[in-house]
Amino acid sequence: MDIADFFDTFFEEAEELLSDMEQHLLELDVDDPDSEQLNAIFRAAHSIKGGAGTFGFVVLQKTTHILENLLDYARKGELTLRADLVDTFLEAKDIMHEQLDAYRSEEEPNQEAFERICQTLQQIALDEIGQQLDGPATPAAVAKTSSAPASKTEEEEHAADGHLLVALLNVDDKDRILLVEELEQLGEVQSQSGDAKRYEVILKSSDSADDIEAVMCFIIEPDQIEIKTIEGGAAVEPASPESDVSAPAAQAPTENATAKPAPAKSASKEKPKKAVAESSSIRVSVDKVDQIINLVGELIITQSMLDQTVSDLEDQSVSNSSLQNGMSLLQRNARDLQEAVMSIRMIPMEFVFSRFPRVVRDTAGKLGKEIELITEGKSTELDKSLVERITDPLTHLVRNSLDHGVEMPDVREAIGKPRVGKLTLSARHQGGNILIEVRDDGAGMDRDRLLAKARENGLNVSETMSDEDVFQLIFAPGFSTAKEVTDVSGRGVGMDVVKRNIQSMGGRVEIQSKLGEGTNTRIVLPLTLAILDGMSIKVGGETFILPLSTVLESLQPSKDDMYAMAGDDVVIKVRDEYLPVIAIHEVLDVANAITDPTKSIAVIVQGEGRRYAMLVDELIGQQQVVVKNLEDNYRKVPGISAATILGDGSVALILDITGLHRLSRYKKEAGKKVVNNQNFKFYKEAEPS
Amino acid sequence: MSQANSGAVLAAEAENREFLVFSLGEEEYAIDILKVQEIRGYENVTRIANAPDFIKGVTNLRGVIVPIVDLRIKFHLENVEYGGQTVVIVVNVADRVVGIVVDGVSDVMTLTPDQIKPAPEFGVTLSSDFLSGLGSLDDRMLVLVDIDKLLTSEEMALVDSTSSH
Repeated sequence: MDIADFFDTFFEEAEELLSDMEQHLLELDVDDPDSEQLNAIFRAAHSIKGGAGTFGFVVLQKTTHILENLLDYARKGELTLRADLVDTFLEAKDIMHEQLDAYRSEEEPNQEAFERICQTLQQIALDEIGQQLDGPATPAAVAKTSSAPASKTEEEEHAADGHLLVALLNVDDKDRILLVEELEQLGEVQSQSGDAKRYEVILKSSDSADDIEAVMCFIIEPDQIEIKTIEGGAAVEPASPESDVSAPAAQAPTENATAKPAPAKSASKEKPKKAVAESSSIRVSVDKVDQIINLVGELIITQSMLDQTVSDLEDQSVSNSSLQNGMSLLQRNARDLQEAVMSIRMIPMEFVFSRFPRVVRDTAGKLGKEIELITEGKSTELDKSLVERITDPLTHLVRNSLDHGVEMPDVREAIGKPRVGKLTLSARHQGGNILIEVRDDGAGMDRDRLLAKARENGLNVSETMSDEDVFQLIFAPGFSTAKEVTDVSGRGVGMDVVKRNIQSMGGRVEIQSKLGEGTNTRIVLPLTLAILDGMSIKVGGETFILPLSTVLESLQPSKDDMYAMAGDDVVIKVRDEYLPVIAIHEVLDVANAITDPTKSIAVIVQGEGRRYAMLVDELIGQQQVVVKNLEDNYRKVPGISAATILGDGSVALILDITGLHRLSRYKKEAGKKVVNNQNFKFYKEAEPS
Repeated sequence: MSQANSGAVLAAEAENREFLVFSLGEEEYAIDILKVQEIRGYENVTRIANAPDFIKGVTNLRGVIVPIVDLRIKFHLENVEYGGQTVVIVVNVADRVVGIVVDGVSDVMTLTPDQIKPAPEFGVTLSSDFLSGLGSLDDRMLVLVDIDKLLTSEEMALVDSTSSH
């Protein structure tokens, strides 16, 4: 296998490690750092360095090395953390990320940035702990050390399931007992002897020397450990420095510069395998997952069919208790399986939100604003493909909110707002959609200024436009009302891209804003493969699904609560509120439905902020359904957001509340005739010509 | 006319082609067998409101939602009944899966290029645009349907046209 095959694995792992590192750095309390967190940051740097070394990414390896050493001092308490140091660490993380990207696109990373960050970090070491780090101060040192860490892997392979001599140097009794216990976890301790100065343990283990060292490094220092391979468990030899394989990654790799590089193949085999095991997850192509989801769907349907057959048999008094028990077991297992499989493709929004503390911190810092970030609905699950594509537009919206929305602290104080601005990111399922909101309590949008700016830009606007339409102007290409162009935003590029990106996902952006009170940007995304909590309803002989999140309540309408309005419109009074009535059987032409409203059930639903009463025949119950796109093989259907497959294998349509309302209005206006219209496309058979 | 000619030319260049023959009323039609995914019975079709009458609805084909088109209604045949013998041919066109309802499937035929004649300018229900020719086989005549063109055409209302909503 080619080493290049493992590059991707490394890149992905490294990216995850970097974002872990960032998250910990952000959460870190500089006055009272949590040692677990410091260790986690250190471990992340250590792992990246190891991988970078294996693959010969020298610049990345060197950068990480210096950072790692500093972090090492930090976790030992020799380096006192300050906010500006954390900032530098974050900057180093960014540069590492850039380097990683450069390697990924097979380019050389930016030398200048590399030298700069190395110098900065070295300077910190000099200033804070008065010590020059053993990393490179100049890039000249880099070339020499290029293949160093790879040399270990050859030795590691020998170590596989062999005997290791682990020597602990200058370790006190308390730590020693702890370490020996650790070693017993890793393998079989065959003998142990020695004193506090040098304590030797012979260990039979399948783990590599590097692994063992990595574990022990959490308790003692790398230079307190010596690990040596013993051939076939032969007599104990004192470890000699020449054959010492311990030279750990945590120590200076420069020492290993003369060692002969291991063959690339063996090196590549070691690293990724280890990395995968550590994160205890595997990467699977989405296609495979989709295939499984479909197969499980089929299984459920087959199971329902069998269930039906068994209950038919029962009706004929052919009863067999073990068959019934088997069936109920099968049913339970099949449902569990379906639930488990469904969850594979779904990723919580936390994956997106977790990057925003950093974005907000950096942006707020640049702008001199004080921001408190609140995230809601982190556990809202979203399809993986959407999660990947929503990040960039969301970042842009957040930056925009911070720049244009939230005022400077002094301004806020002057107008009686708290100094610290509030930015809320929230995600939730709503009305068969996923709703992601970026809310700020800033200045809000100025309708008049937007209109003036639009005229200046030669856009076609009028005073009578609705607020919603005016706010949408900010998505026009080249539109910016910022008084000055800042580093963060205001060039007018971007917002139109945001809108385009979201539209390409089949979603839309809405803006609600109140001058002086804040702005709420709502991204409404359709479900592609999301699971939906649905309420199944019956109208005539047909079953439909209402998204449960849209359902507020249901009630039996009485004659006294129903009022006819001009024309065909009917409203229903529910607790002093008049709601438009939508009779599903009329809108969707269902035959044999209950036409007398007082005999049907009114389901009060909410869609896009408005409430409606829907008349249905019967409520069947709640169930989770898999959303299937209708557009894949067919087309968009007015009033229907998607379809799903019911337990009996038949297809049920998922209703789109606002679409139904539009459809109902349209049908009434058109005198219930199906016509072709520009805005609302209905189907009409082409006349033969 | 040019359409039919190019169809014939194409066919002549290719080797013998296999067709699935199905009946609609008294007439025999045939489609390229390579477009056919499977043949199944007509069952469990969920109606779609406000769609043209020849779109019977959608059905579940192993987890995939597939629209069902009744060509008998589209071609204005008189006896349209659904029973145990009603057959749905599931075809793959333009990266889509569509089921078409026909009266019956008779057999698979191999036609040599010289057995495929250009289609004449037809009447109203089935424009000759949607035909790739006529197949003559002894005393039988097969209407060779270009199922790709037919199902993706505007008048079938199966595909969102770019101008719509």
